Formats: sequence, structure tokens, C-alpha cells
Amino acid sequence: MLENGWALSGVVFLPLVGAGVLLAIPKANEQLQKVAALGFASASFVLSVLLAVVFDYGNAAAYQFGTDLEWIGAINSNFHIGVDGISLPLLVLSTFITVLSIVYSWEHWPDPHNPKAFLMLILVLATGLAGTFVALDLILFFVFFEVVLLPMYFMIGIWGDRNEVNLPVFNRVTEMRLYASIKFFLFTLFGSAFMLLGFLALYFRSGDGGEERTFDMIELTARGDLFTGSFAFWVFAGLFIGFAVKVPMFPLHTWLPDAHTAAPTVGSVLLAAVMLKLGTYAFVRISLPILPEEAQNWAPVIGILAVVGIIYASLACLAQTDMKRLIAFSSVGHMGFVMLGVATLTDIGINAAIIGMVAHGVITGLLFFLAGSMSHRYHTREMARLGGNQKLMPIMGAILAFTAMASLGLPGLAGFWGEFMALLASFNPLEGLSTGLFRTLMVIGAIGTVLAAGYLLWMLQKVNFGEPSTEWDGHHFHDVDRWEMAAWVPLIVSIVAVGVFPRIVFGATNDAVINLVQTVFGG
Amino acid sequence: MIGLLAPGLVAPVLVVAEEAHAAELSSGGLLASAAWLIPVVPLVAAWVIALFGKRFPLKGWDVAIAVMGFEAAYGTVLLLSHIANPIGYEGTVEIARIGSLPIEWGWTVDGLSIMMYSIVGVVGFLVFLYARGYMEGDIRYTWFFASFTLFAGGMLVLVSAPNLLQLIVGWELVGVSSWLLIGHYWEEHENSSAAIKAFLVNRVGDIGLFIGAIIVSVSVGSFRFSDVLDGVESGAPTLARYAFWGGVALFIGAMGKSAQFPLHVWLPDAMAGPTPVSALMHAATMVTAGVYLVGRVYPLYLTEGFADDVRSFIIVVGALTLFLTGLIALVQNDIKKVLAYSTLSQLGYMTAAMGAGAYTAGLFHLFTHAFFKALLFLGAGSVIHAVHSNNLSDMGGLRKDMPWTFRTFVVGSLALAGILPLAGFFSKDEILASLRFAGSEESGFTAAQGGAGLANVVLVLAIAGAFVTAFYMARTVFLTFYGQYKGHGHPHESPKVMWVPLAVLGFFSIVAGWINIPGITSTFTDVVGARFHLVADHHAESFDYLAMVLGLAAAVGGIALGYRIWFPDRATQAERDTFTIPGLYPLLSAKYHIDTFYMDGIIRPIRGPVAGAVNWVNGHVIDFVVNGAGLAAMGLGRGVYVLDQEGVDGAINAAGAVTGAGGGVLRRMQSGRIEQYATWLIGGTVALVAGFIIFS
Repeated sequence: MLENGWALSGVVFLPLVGAGVLLAIPKANEQLQKVAALGFASASFVLSVLLAVVFDYGNAAAYQFGTDLEWIGAINSNFHIGVDGISLPLLVLSTFITVLSIVYSWEHWPDPHNPKAFLMLILVLATGLAGTFVALDLILFFVFFEVVLLPMYFMIGIWGDRNEVNLPVFNRVTEMRLYASIKFFLFTLFGSAFMLLGFLALYFRSGDGGEERTFDMIELTARGDLFTGSFAFWVFAGLFIGFAVKVPMFPLHTWLPDAHTAAPTVGSVLLAAVMLKLGTYAFVRISLPILPEEAQNWAPVIGILAVVGIIYASLACLAQTDMKRLIAFSSVGHMGFVMLGVATLTDIGINAAIIGMVAHGVITGLLFFLAGSMSHRYHTREMARLGGNQKLMPIMGAILAFTAMASLGLPGLAGFWGEFMALLASFNPLEGLSTGLFRTLMVIGAIGTVLAAGYLLWMLQKVNFGEPSTEWDGHHFHDVDRWEMAAWVPLIVSIVAVGVFPRIVFGATNDAVINLVQTVFGG
Repeated sequence: MIGLLAPGLVAPVLVVAEEAHAAELSSGGLLASAAWLIPVVPLVAAWVIALFGKRFPLKGWDVAIAVMGFEAAYGTVLLLSHIANPIGYEGTVEIARIGSLPIEWGWTVDGLSIMMYSIVGVVGFLVFLYARGYMEGDIRYTWFFASFTLFAGGMLVLVSAPNLLQLIVGWELVGVSSWLLIGHYWEEHENSSAAIKAFLVNRVGDIGLFIGAIIVSVSVGSFRFSDVLDGVESGAPTLARYAFWGGVALFIGAMGKSAQFPLHVWLPDAMAGPTPVSALMHAATMVTAGVYLVGRVYPLYLTEGFADDVRSFIIVVGALTLFLTGLIALVQNDIKKVLAYSTLSQLGYMTAAMGAGAYTAGLFHLFTHAFFKALLFLGAGSVIHAVHSNNLSDMGGLRKDMPWTFRTFVVGSLALAGILPLAGFFSKDEILASLRFAGSEESGFTAAQGGAGLANVVLVLAIAGAFVTAFYMARTVFLTFYGQYKGHGHPHESPKVMWVPLAVLGFFSIVAGWINIPGITSTFTDVVGARFHLVADHHAESFDYLAMVLGLAAAVGGIALGYRIWFPDRATQAERDTFTIPGLYPLLSAKYHIDTFYMDGIIRPIRGPVAGAVNWVNGHVIDFVVNGAGLAAMGLGRGVYVLDQEGVDGAINAAGAVTGAGGGVLRRMQSGRIEQYATWLIGGTVALVAGFIIFS
């Protein structure tokens, strides 16, 4: 039952089935919609946890629970899925965050109301996210990767921020949600186009050895000899643009602050916690194994852009006055550490990248929940007006302080491992890469951790500390409610658990990563 | 959520790797193998107090004091049994593996860590006792004890660490809890700023700690101290190659936590926290961490061919710190600030000793200083509690009103000044003696290690520093306890729960030095010397009489001059004014403009123009390209469409159609009716799945 692909397909498609079921529920019956959505998302989550329990960790480098069925015969594209130690943590992360998003939504609906449509979008999104992490065929991967796009576009475009924004230089005034959603959509589509070109190029070249052409990732990895020279360079470049937009890497990141700021709370959470990982995951899953030589050629570029992103984003954070936008920019910096880890092409670096993804998922997810709940109560995200929050809402303030500490990479909490180990890996990158360059990147990255501490501590000072502004006199603020608690406590527990006991992630990833690095880079 | 089930999850909890390294060290039995409780108990207790503290009869203080009582008892028992029979034990639990690097938690029980356990436990216990009286009626009483327990716990995690990773964890726990404690009264902007300053300056040091830990650990392929020091012992070539940079970086980390010049700026501001916090922070906990780290990896700094040449850097930093910060204490009017700058100065002594190759002397001063500095801070707190002011100008004449505070404060001051036979005398004398030795021919220090000439310069600074120390402590005592009371109200002695800890600390401030009298006792040397990887430093067999006489003369001279100038009615205001050397005093009051430079030269520009410029670039340069491309594409599309339609329907119709269609989509989005879209979306996905089933 578990072994033949049905269970894994269940994890991926149960939310989609849920979305279909929701269609049939009358719009007025919101309670039933919520229960159904939660039911399907939970079923998917429970199933993914079950797979994690049954997963053979002794054989973490192998794809498990998978299946390989013929799909589009004409182009030899198959429904090939499976999880290994690298994708397993991310798969569970995606189903986990989906459940929490629905729990949080229970009594927090953004305007315009319409829970039915909103829940359907979450569920479709969940299928796209989970599917991307299990797909082992490039076309299948592409489909899931793109399925993610539309629900998020609608979430931002419909439930997003209705404030007006003035585009600098062009002096155009438009609604934030419209600008952000279109920017997000086009930016990502722009990247996807290059990515698809890369996939197609790989497909056509894969037949040069006399075998049938294929989109199969494992098959393509085995035929790595065919992808060399300038061909490989351009393919890598195409994939790079596609993935780097998603991560996002500097300078392709500008859709992110707008999308995050404009998106409804749950949208921001899903975007930050899971969606950004599609890009970094794709680097590890696709670019590195299939084009290892090019990966080595590109590694310095990736490393430099990653570290520029760390510093650039931290500085940009310091200039923000809007709390949500600050958190959004901080994502760019954190993903910089993830990409730095990837760029070292070492087992430690890639392990660091994956735990960094998981940690960023739970930490920044929680930060966006908090930012959403606070702006819901104060009707503003301007940090200058939020001072003294700790007095008005002590529990909210305490959770915010805790999460900010996690975000600045405090050891003992989840965020530490990804940052520290990425820096550690940079000291000795893969043989052949410039140690001088990567050690410089290590030092600059370490300086970035100070800047991160700076913007987070100053954010806390502005938002939490001091006396509340007189404009809140007479207001009663409801501190954290039970649905928020229900969504946040699991995240807090995860942050501590991964921080104290990183085996939760490394136990799954380490063997798979070591195997990847050894087979692909021979190191 | 996942890897939990990775092989060996359950096992490591049971399988503890235990090692007793050197043959002459005993394993310590249950006492050592259960010592993991030392860091774990306070960490758990901190959560218990934070979450449930208010339900306890004494609002969480009861839990905290029980924990510290446990620590004090455990530390003392360990210390006594270590003195009887030296222990060398290391327990580790592998909690994960990254690449081939094991990540471990564990606990070390050897001379160095036992010394730290005992002072953190004993001094901590007394400070917690005192805090009950001092914090009475505080708005966040329970929360205070939760953070305070976390603070002590973080320090114990750090001290117990058998590897660099765990040390970093403890290091940062101390950092974050100090941030909580310094900013305890966060309603005031100034306090939360002081807390941030402490955290950020420490973070700057952490760049060094992180990089140093990375360099050293990667070079030996392990985070364990014992593996690093094995590498030093066996002359591992990779480690030798990187040891210099590793040593420099680790020391920069130590400079942050131990507040060495020029990363000292956070410590005086840390006074914003409640006084018990200052007492613990300046004595046994936090600022000792850097010196402890240097001590922990000391063979790395001692062995030729490794990081021995970093010692010249260490000794210079120590000398600058001890001298420059001591001078600032001369001009402080806030009693806690005087003490804060004296802490910096004393930390400079410890660092200078470490730089001079005197491991025992540096740690011995750390040990005695923990008692008399805690005593002085608690005494200052007692005074502040009585007069409701930190300013020396609001005090005076308190000798009669606060007899216990007065007596113990004088003991602490004399100990700090280094008057025979109090604790500070012996430890400071040992530092002076070791500097003299370092400056002699027989020490054989190479120029790279600092050399004899440098050591002699530092010796002169250290003696001058001793003079300055005695002078400002005399000033503090005279202004506080003698003459007329200049404040408001009627001050009276603090409650028993506060002065009893003072008396106990006073006792230790007298006797703590007696355990290491050259030629007579060597208990302390034996304690910290009995550890993994013995540290072969120079330890005098008898007094260095010249150093002793010079040190004592400096101390007595300082007190005498202090008496002449600051004892009430001894000097006229005009005489005091001539003493304030023009040029020097403004410089000292401005703290050498270092804080101003950091603020106006670094922090403000980064937060202001630099960050603003980056943000501007984001909006006006990168997004200019993005938005420009988007708008251009829209325009182009419209133009093409218009051209296309012109021949058929005419431009006007076409334009209308474009706006109409565009408006329609927007209208639908605005009205929120997107079921159709969702339906298409799901339909499309379902079709794909169906396709796969049909085609397969």
C-alpha cells in the first residue's frame, strides 16, 4: 500500500480532491467548508508523517514510496514520483504549514470574505507544493511548479492589500494588490519560461547517446556526459533564472517584498514558508545532479549573489518602516544563507541549505502570522505606531520576541544550524572552487548575521518596547486567541525541537546529501 | 518531525560516551556522570518559572533559589572532591551528524570547569538570595527570575561544553538573556537601547567566535576541545596551518564577551539592568566567558607553531583595556559606572595575564574578582536601594546608617585595590609576578609572542593601573560613606536577606586568595591545572618580592592620594579642581569618544543613509528595470493590437475593446467572484491527472 506510490500520491492529491469537494458545498455553509478543508489537509499531513515514520532512513539516498507510470507517451514523460532524505523534510513541511494555515484562517478571513474560494486556493496550492517536492520527471515538476502560481496570484490579487502605491520614477498610482500580484505572476512566469527552455534542451540532447529521449531526472543524471560545454552553460543559465526568481536571489528578488506585503496573512505564510523553497530545492534536485560541471562553474556566481543578497537585504531591512515589509526583506537574506550553502557544493553546505529551508519555513512562517495578526488588530503595520505592544498584548509580544530571536539565528533554535553550517561549509568548499573567494564570502556572511541581529532587535524595540502610543488609549486589544495559539504553538515547538535536536532534519538528509555529493562531484 | 526516526534516535539517549583522558585523573564516579544536571536543571527551571512561576508561593523566586542552591551545592561538592582526587571526565551524546562531522551535546568535568561551576553556583546563589529583597515589588518579578535563571543556565551550558558548538549555544544564551535582563525596564527607551547595544557588540565579537570555531573545527574535523587540543599536542599540520587565524578569531569572540577594548562599550551601559544582574554579570557570569574560552583552548595559544604568536595581540589588548578603562572610572559619578569601569580594567588584567602565558594567574584573578566584584555591586545596590539614586553626589555619610553595607563595601574595595591579605592582593600579585617573569630573560618569549620588552611595558601599565584602581575605589568609599549625607530622606540598612549575602561575599573576598600563596599553598593551581591537556605555564614557587612591593606601594599610594583629595574636608574645591588635569578629564568623560564614534561613525550611517540608499536602489533602480519592462511590454502589446485591428475594425473600436476586456478582468477580481477561475484551475489539474491515467 505504501510502497507502490498510492500513499505518496495521496499526500499530493488529497488536498486537490478536497478542493473539488469544496466546490460541491454550498457557499453559505462555511462551517462545513472549513471542516472539509481541514480534513483533507490533515489527511495529507498525517499521511506524510506516516511516510516519514515508515521511511527507511538507512537507505535515505534512495527514492522511496514512489511510482513510475507512463503519462504522456508521445514525449516520454512519466508520472514518476518518490521521496528521498532530501525531499522528505520539505514534503512534511509543506503539508504541515498547509494545515496550520487553515487552522489560523478559521476565524481570520481577509476581505473580501469568501472562505470557500480562499480555502480552495489553499488546497490547490498545497497540491502544487507537495507535488513539486516529489516529482522526478521534469514535465511533472514543471506542472506542479506552475500550479502553485495561480492560486497565489489570486490570493494576492483578490484578498490583498487595498492601499494605493505609487511606482517610483513612473509615477503611476495603482492598488498594491494588483501591482504585487501581476508583478509576482509575470516575474515568476518569466523565470519559468527560461526554466522550461532548459528542460526542453535537456530532453532533446538526452537522445544523443542513442537512447530514447527522456525528462526523467534520474535518467538525465545518469546521462550527464551528454551535457557539456556551452550547451550545458546555457541550460544551466536557463534553469538558474527560473530557480533564482523563485528563491529569490538578488537581483531577481524585487517581486518578493511587494508580494509579501500585499498578500493576505496566510498567503504570506505559505509563500515564505514553503513556496520559496521550491527554487532552492530545484537547485539541489535538478541543477546540481544533472549539470555538475556547470554547477562548479556557476558556484562562485551563486555564492557571490547569495552573500550580496544577505548584506543587501539586511540593509534594506534597516530602512523599512513597515513591519511586514521588513520581514519580507529578511527572507531574501535568509535564503541567501541557503544559497551560500548550496554554492559550496559540499555535503555540509547542502545539509545546511535544507535545514535552513525548514528553519526559515517555520520561523518566517510564524513571523508572518504574527505580523498579520498584529496588523489585523492595529490596522497598521507602521512600526513607529506599534510601540509598547508588549504592554498591550503581552503574549503576542513574547511570541514575537521569541520568533525574532529564532530568526536572527540564535543557537538552540532552528535558525542557527542553517546559517552556521553554511558559513562552516564556505571555509572548505568543494575541491576546485576558490577557497579564497569562499572564505571571503564566509566572513561577509558572518557580518550579515550582525546586521540581521540589528534589524530584528531594532524592530522589537520599535514594536514591542516603550510606552504605547496615546492613540491606543481606551482601545482594548484582544491578545492571542485560541485559533492563533493552535496554529502557532506547533511552530514554536518545531523551532525549539529542530534547534535543540537537529537530527530531526539531518537524520533524514545527511546520507542522501553525502550520496549526492559523492556520486555527482566525486567528493 | 522526520529524522527523529533516523537510526540511533533512541539509542544515543542511553549511550553516553564517557572519557577520562589523562591517566592521573579519576573519572569522578556518579558525581561526574550526573553533572549534566548542572546545565540542564536551570534551563528547564527557566521555562517552568516563565510559564508557571506565578503559581508558586514565592512567585518563582522559590524555584530559582532552589536551582541556584543546587548549583552551589553541586559545585562545592565537585570542587572539594576534585581537590581530594582530581577529576577528568567528559560525557557526550551525539545528536546529529552533518557530513562526517558529529554534532554533540555533552558535559565536561575537569579542573577548569569545576572552578567555574563552583563560582557560578556560589556567587549566583548569593546574588539570587539578595535579589529577593532587591526586586521586591518589581513589576515583572517572576519574569525577572525566569530570565535570571536562564542567564545562569546559559553560562553553565557554556562552561560545561566539551565542544565549540555547545560553547556557542551557551554563549548566545548568555547573550540573549543579558539582553532580556539589561532591558528589564523596557518602558524606557534608554534601557532597551542599552540592551541592544550589549547584544550587538557581543554579536560583533561573535563574528570572531563563529569564524574561529569554524577554522579550528574544520581543521581538526571535530568540534571537540579534546580533539583540537590533541591536534595541538600531536602537531597536526592542518591545524597548525590555520591556528593563527583561528586563534585570532576566537580571541575576538572573547573580546566581545569579556568586554575588551575596543569592544568594551556595552558593559558600562549594561548598568541599565537591575543591580543583581550587574552583580552576576560582572562577577561570575558572562564577562568571564571570554577569559574562560581562552583558558579552555589555552594549549593552542601556548604551543609554538600554533597560535602562540597571537599572544602578543592578547597581551596588548589586555594592557590597553586595563589601563584605559581604569582611567575612565576616575571621572564617573554614578557608583555603578565606577564599578563597571573597574570591571573592565580587571578583565584587562586577566587578559593581559593570559597573553603573558600565565594561565593560572589569569584564572585566579577571575576567581577572586568574582567574589569581591559581586560584593561591591550588591553593596552599591544596597546603597542605591537606600538613597534612591546612583549618584555619588547624592550619597555621603552612610557609614552610620548602613553599617553592614559599609563594612562589606570597604572589604570589597580593599580586596579590589589589592591590599594584603585580601583576595585581590594575591591574584593581582600573581599577575604582576607573571608579567615580571615574562619580561625576564629566562622566559624566552619570542618577539612574535610578545617578547620581554612588551611584557615590561605592560608591567608598568599594570602597576599604574593598580594605583588608579586604589584611587578611584578610595574616592568611591569616601564619597559614599563619609562626610555629610547629601541625598533626600533617611536612608537605612537593607533587610537581612540583602546584607547576609554581602557578609558571606565579604568573607570570601578576604580568604579566597589564601588558597594560592606562592610557596605556601597551591590549591588553585592544582585545581585548574588538573584538566585535559595539561597547561604547562610558569608558576612561581615563591613570592616575587619586587612585584609585590611595587603592587602594594601602588595600592597604598592610590588610597593615600584618594584620601588626600576625596576625603571630606581634606581638600578644598580649588585643590580638587587643579587635580582635574585639563585635556585629560574631558577626554575621559567622553570615554575617549569611542562610543560617539561607533554611534555617529558606524551605526547611524548604516541605519540612515546606507540602508536608505539600498532601499532607494531597490525601488528606483532594480524596480525601474522591472516596472519599465512591464510597462513597455504592456504598451507594446497595446500598440501591436491596435495595429492589428486597425485594418479590420478601426482603431477606436480596438481601443475600446482593450479597456473593456481589461476592465472586465479587474472587475471580476475586485468583486471577488473567482469561482470560475478556481474551477478552471482545478479542472485543468484534474484533466492532467486524468490524462496521465488515460495515457498510462
